[in-house]
Amino acid sequence: MSWQQVFLVGLLVLPALGAVLALALPRQAVKVGVATSGLTLVDIGVLLFAWLGAKTGTYGWFAFAPIKPGGKLQGLVYGGGGCPALVKTGPQFVSNTDIGRLCYGGEFRVDAPWLHSIGVRFHLAITGISLPLLVLSALLVFLCLVYTVSHPPAGGRLPALVALVLLLEVGMMGTFLAADLIVFFVFFEVVLVPMYFLIGIWGGSDRKQYAATKFILYTLLGSAFMLLGFLGIGLGHGSFDFSALSGNGLSHRTQDLIFLSLLVAFGIKTPMWPLHTWLPDAHTEAPTIGSVLLAGVLLKMGTYGLIVIALPALPLAAHDFAPYLGVLAVIGIVYGSLVCLAQRSLKRLIAFSSVGHMGFVLLGISTLTTTGINGALIGNVAHGLITGLLFFLVGSLKDRYHTDVIDEIGGGAQAKLPYLGGLLGFTAIASLGLPGLAGFWGEMLALLGAYHPAAGLNRGLYLGLMTAGGIGAVLTAAYLLWMLLRVNQGVVPPQWRAVRLPDVSLVELVVWTPLVVLTLAIGVYPRIVLGISAAAVSALTGGSP
Amino acid sequence: MTLVSVTQSVNLVALLPALIVAGTALLVLVADLFWAPAQRWLSVPLSLAGVVVALVSAFALARATPRATFCLSPGACSYVEDRFAVAFQVIVLASTVVVLLLGRHELADSRLPAGEYHFLLLASVVGALTMASSRDLLSLLVSLEVVSLPAFVLVGLRRDDARSAEAALKFFLISVIATAVTLMGMSLVYGVTGSLQLDQVATALSDPATRQPVTSAAIVLTLAGFAFKVSAVPFHAWVPDTYQGAPVPVAAFLSVVSKTAGFAGLVLLLMVGFRPYADVWGPVLAVLAVLTMTAGNLVALRQRHAVRLLAWSSVAQAGYILVPLGVAASGYGRTNALGAAESALLVYLAIYAAMNLGAFACVIAVGRRSPGQLLGDYRGLASRQPLLAVVLAFFLAALAGLPPAVAGLFAKLTVFRAVIDGHLPWLAAVMAVNTVIALYYYATWAFALFGPTTLEPAAARTVPSFVTGAIAVTATVTVVLSVYPEWVLRAADLATRAH
Repeated sequence: MSWQQVFLVGLLVLPALGAVLALALPRQAVKVGVATSGLTLVDIGVLLFAWLGAKTGTYGWFAFAPIKPGGKLQGLVYGGGGCPALVKTGPQFVSNTDIGRLCYGGEFRVDAPWLHSIGVRFHLAITGISLPLLVLSALLVFLCLVYTVSHPPAGGRLPALVALVLLLEVGMMGTFLAADLIVFFVFFEVVLVPMYFLIGIWGGSDRKQYAATKFILYTLLGSAFMLLGFLGIGLGHGSFDFSALSGNGLSHRTQDLIFLSLLVAFGIKTPMWPLHTWLPDAHTEAPTIGSVLLAGVLLKMGTYGLIVIALPALPLAAHDFAPYLGVLAVIGIVYGSLVCLAQRSLKRLIAFSSVGHMGFVLLGISTLTTTGINGALIGNVAHGLITGLLFFLVGSLKDRYHTDVIDEIGGGAQAKLPYLGGLLGFTAIASLGLPGLAGFWGEMLALLGAYHPAAGLNRGLYLGLMTAGGIGAVLTAAYLLWMLLRVNQGVVPPQWRAVRLPDVSLVELVVWTPLVVLTLAIGVYPRIVLGISAAAVSALTGGSP
Repeated sequence: MTLVSVTQSVNLVALLPALIVAGTALLVLVADLFWAPAQRWLSVPLSLAGVVVALVSAFALARATPRATFCLSPGACSYVEDRFAVAFQVIVLASTVVVLLLGRHELADSRLPAGEYHFLLLASVVGALTMASSRDLLSLLVSLEVVSLPAFVLVGLRRDDARSAEAALKFFLISVIATAVTLMGMSLVYGVTGSLQLDQVATALSDPATRQPVTSAAIVLTLAGFAFKVSAVPFHAWVPDTYQGAPVPVAAFLSVVSKTAGFAGLVLLLMVGFRPYADVWGPVLAVLAVLTMTAGNLVALRQRHAVRLLAWSSVAQAGYILVPLGVAASGYGRTNALGAAESALLVYLAIYAAMNLGAFACVIAVGRRSPGQLLGDYRGLASRQPLLAVVLAFFLAALAGLPPAVAGLFAKLTVFRAVIDGHLPWLAAVMAVNTVIALYYYATWAFALFGPTTLEPAAARTVPSFVTGAIAVTATVTVVLSVYPEWVLRAADLATRAH
């Protein structure tokens, strides 16, 4: 086993070990949680820099060639040392058989036999598409556990909470590491159980049981469709391995059927309109850290699956369904923002804003272009950072005001809590996609991708989608600014004047700073994400801009 | 007409597992007469020893070449101990070990007669063992009856309990009807084919001249008794009342050992005897599977009683196990389509045995504190007995097919693969929907374990050592099969290839 493999397996073993330790040492549970999730973060950090080092001169942060849509590509090495170096010679720089394949070779992978008789291998790998999400997940889990030090949610025993969050981390890491359909499915499911308990036990009100049940039923329904789709792909290809995913072996009709089933499966998780109805309830009821992880990581698993599984495995069907996906995405954007305008509760508002933001991610995917998919990936990361931060802020506001109903807060938060209010203002503005902050790139690239969709897609339709998406972006700005107006601005209402409310605490500062810094950094220098993902995405789309 | 030799040599080695268990049954019955009341529990270790020796002998036979006995002629034998038979016998015997462990304290608590209980249990096991080795219609029927008759008494063993008596009567009546229908079917089969030997029946049925409505009717009727044993719709109505009324270890026995025997008989009938009629029984079995899993799951949704819920869940699980039989036919003609179906069935059955017995063991452990067995009693179990709650949740996840109990998922995967290989996408869809329905009741039960408790904390009764042993055995098996399910997959392939 090479050291990279040890670190890779460590991403699963460390949090799992932490979960056991947290239960074994109930008094030290939070410390154990912070320590093990911190180690996991260090682990993925080491892998990140090793990965970037292996990419020097080609892609990555250290390369100088600017990456822009349709730009000249000097050379292409993806996945690490063992993968073929494909040198761009003309506009079509990869041969047809390699179009739409991601490379899962190289030193950043573990491949062990597991279920020989049905062709399942325990295959884990890091690719340019999964790496940003792995870092994001490890970071958010760590920050959530640090936040728990000073904000332990009520409802259940703390050691159990820590163990569940760490188990959640095992599932999230495994999902993004998986390079085999069944391994992906197993880890995807592992995520559900802890989230169910997080909502159901540590949830906010007497509706928590309902929300947890709705969450689990929806996602399990999606899982059934996912399993069916995976079986179809696996049996069509004769292998469940990601590196075997290609359009070969499946007829056009079969591809369509499987794509539809995967669209439902991943659409529920994303959530895609009209499969989103579990989300507001789950978010509203979940404790703060549950909401943060749900929005920050769990939703990404749907779009991630769509990108790395559905697109390469079902290219013909992806082409067929892309326009429908685009339409649903835009409906999600517009619908999400309109519903947000009508929300009275902050938590619900942010929950619905996720529907809109993930709509942009889906729109990016639906263009089937390098630009659009890069937009989807950076949109995923940005949404994880910004919405995660928003849920933290709303959670902290609720701790102080004991309500998250906008009218009951009544305005004046900026005056009453200058730092907290200021952060809320910053994050809301990041969320509405102000250029220079992380949220901008996802929306911009998705809309840009829609302006030039992949060959064969109806450009007229996509121009319409782009326009509607643009209107959605304006509406997004409208509801977020209006929310700021009602929460932050104005005078402190009389009922809060006499009450002393503490401003940002040290723990909160520690937790939120990395998110704020990354939001700024990615906003200014999006190559932090795009530099990692671009090569892999080009491989996936065959280099079409 | 050829003269059949009246005397025949019997290969006792082939009968070894069944003989050992039968001998143990008699020994326990007799020994019980000489034991003082305080010593009666010794029949548990005695039975255990017998079953373990039988298990070892079965493993030993699996390594040897197949042995056959009770032969009419060299090729037409009624009793064959091949790897296929051994595979079922291993499941039966291993499950019996767990059931015996579960019975120890139940016997003392309910003041059941230990000698009779073990004698009856082992007698029923003998039937299950011979079922897997039977290769003619009459042997199958006799085995079916040997499994059932002691079971009626076992169910009604709590003589002072009206519910127990009702359960036994219901069980008995439905069984009698199902067996009568089977006997009717068998006589028709004999009329059409002129033989009782499964191989010869198959040869006769491949003749196109037998393609008459009566043959199809005969085949479908013959299946009734076995459908009853595996609790397939429409012969499932006895299951909830019987499981609830019977002592819980007996319910566990019925849900696994007796069901395994039913599946062994079903596989032998369909895959060997009625093989040429796969186009007839295939669709019937597919529909039966769909009805069974759907009925089981839908009714399970409304259950408030733990044992009843497990009863309906075992009906639903039987539906999944029937699926490979239903799809085998549509792949008929392709190389080894039937073998693959058999293998999928065996895999599911083996994993089902481990996880279902585990769930029953946990239910028995909880039942010592709250004998009412209402699901409400399970609320907050985690705060009283955290380890037990986690293990029970693990078994429920396995039954639902959810990670982290990957074993259950792989069981479902093998069946799904059989369905897709058989090109029956609608059946896969129905099964997927059913899996989702089932998730609901398993998940809500598992969730309740970790919810707030409604019972005031009483002095916790410890889980008795024998029950702990049973939980440990089943949990270990399920965990091992979750980490490395390849073992059972490979064993099932071996077992069905030889057959």
